[in-house]
Amino acid sequence: MELKDIIKPENLVYDKSEVQTDTIMHYCPGCSHGVVHKVIAELIGELGIQEKTVGIAPVGCAVFAYNYIDVDWQEAAHGRAPAVATGVARLNPDKFVFTYQGDGDLASIGSGEIMHACNRGENILVVFINNGIYGMTGGQMAPTTLDGMVTSTTPFGRNADLNGYPMKITELIAQLPGTSYVTRQAVHNAASVRKCKRAIKKGIQNVLDKKGTSFIEVVSTCNSGWKMTPVAANKWMEDNMFPFYPLGDLKDGVKGEPVSKN
Amino acid sequence: MAKVKGAVVVDKEGCKGCGVCVNECPHEVLALHREVNSRGYHYSYMENPENCIGCINCGVVCPDTCITVYRVKV
Repeated sequence: MELKDIIKPENLVYDKSEVQTDTIMHYCPGCSHGVVHKVIAELIGELGIQEKTVGIAPVGCAVFAYNYIDVDWQEAAHGRAPAVATGVARLNPDKFVFTYQGDGDLASIGSGEIMHACNRGENILVVFINNGIYGMTGGQMAPTTLDGMVTSTTPFGRNADLNGYPMKITELIAQLPGTSYVTRQAVHNAASVRKCKRAIKKGIQNVLDKKGTSFIEVVSTCNSGWKMTPVAANKWMEDNMFPFYPLGDLKDGVKGEPVSKN
Repeated sequence: MAKVKGAVVVDKEGCKGCGVCVNECPHEVLALHREVNSRGYHYSYMENPENCIGCINCGVVCPDTCITVYRVKV
């Protein structure tokens, strides 16, 4: 069978979501941000909530997220996306509000905002991209950087005595009673992308059902910051990030439960 | 057993040549081209189109959403 006989509109099985714009993303080749953007755009399209979605863009590599997903966006100051999302969600209770933040934004400068937004149980979805590094500014150490990991500000590896210990922010969030769904996912291969998509779908559904904050961490790569090829970075993440940041659900319950199940 | 044939169309200009799709393809259909696109990236293309089963794994992992997949039963 010739290729031109297969490439016909009636045989189409996978295409770009209409919610995603045609702008070519500014991310480095192989960046996990692109996959997560795509998954969110697909879900907004599938659930038919494009008109009622408001995204809160962070400071960091994903600052231009508003160029790629065709919904309403609000840009927040560094780390303050959950605070802005609180305001948007309270004033527009019929909207679906989500924040999209990196680890430098959420776990470092914005750690206060995220704790209190989750503790209040705001009806927002938080997508947290954790690549263990400040990718945008040149690969400096972040709170989530692994012990011994080499970054541009820890050239001999992170030293716990000097730099402190890596922070498992998702485990902290799972202890807060305001959250309904806290999970950790990855997007390094097709199976994990599909799993991550199901998790984000559940998070969106929880927000639409007004169940409280849903928090989804996506363990990601920063191949430019880690100075590896995209495929090697995925492998490095499997070998080094996953033992410290194990994938899976940390809390899957209802708002008001004091602690997570595990 | 019904056989399935697939085809992948890569948006040459959108591809950044990260090679994640090449690594993810279970039937070694995709490869990075010798030539580069206008932005200087070795774009992905179907090196062995006859092997493609249209499993959409390449499209699912593509960070730049430049892959479209077609599938037909033969």
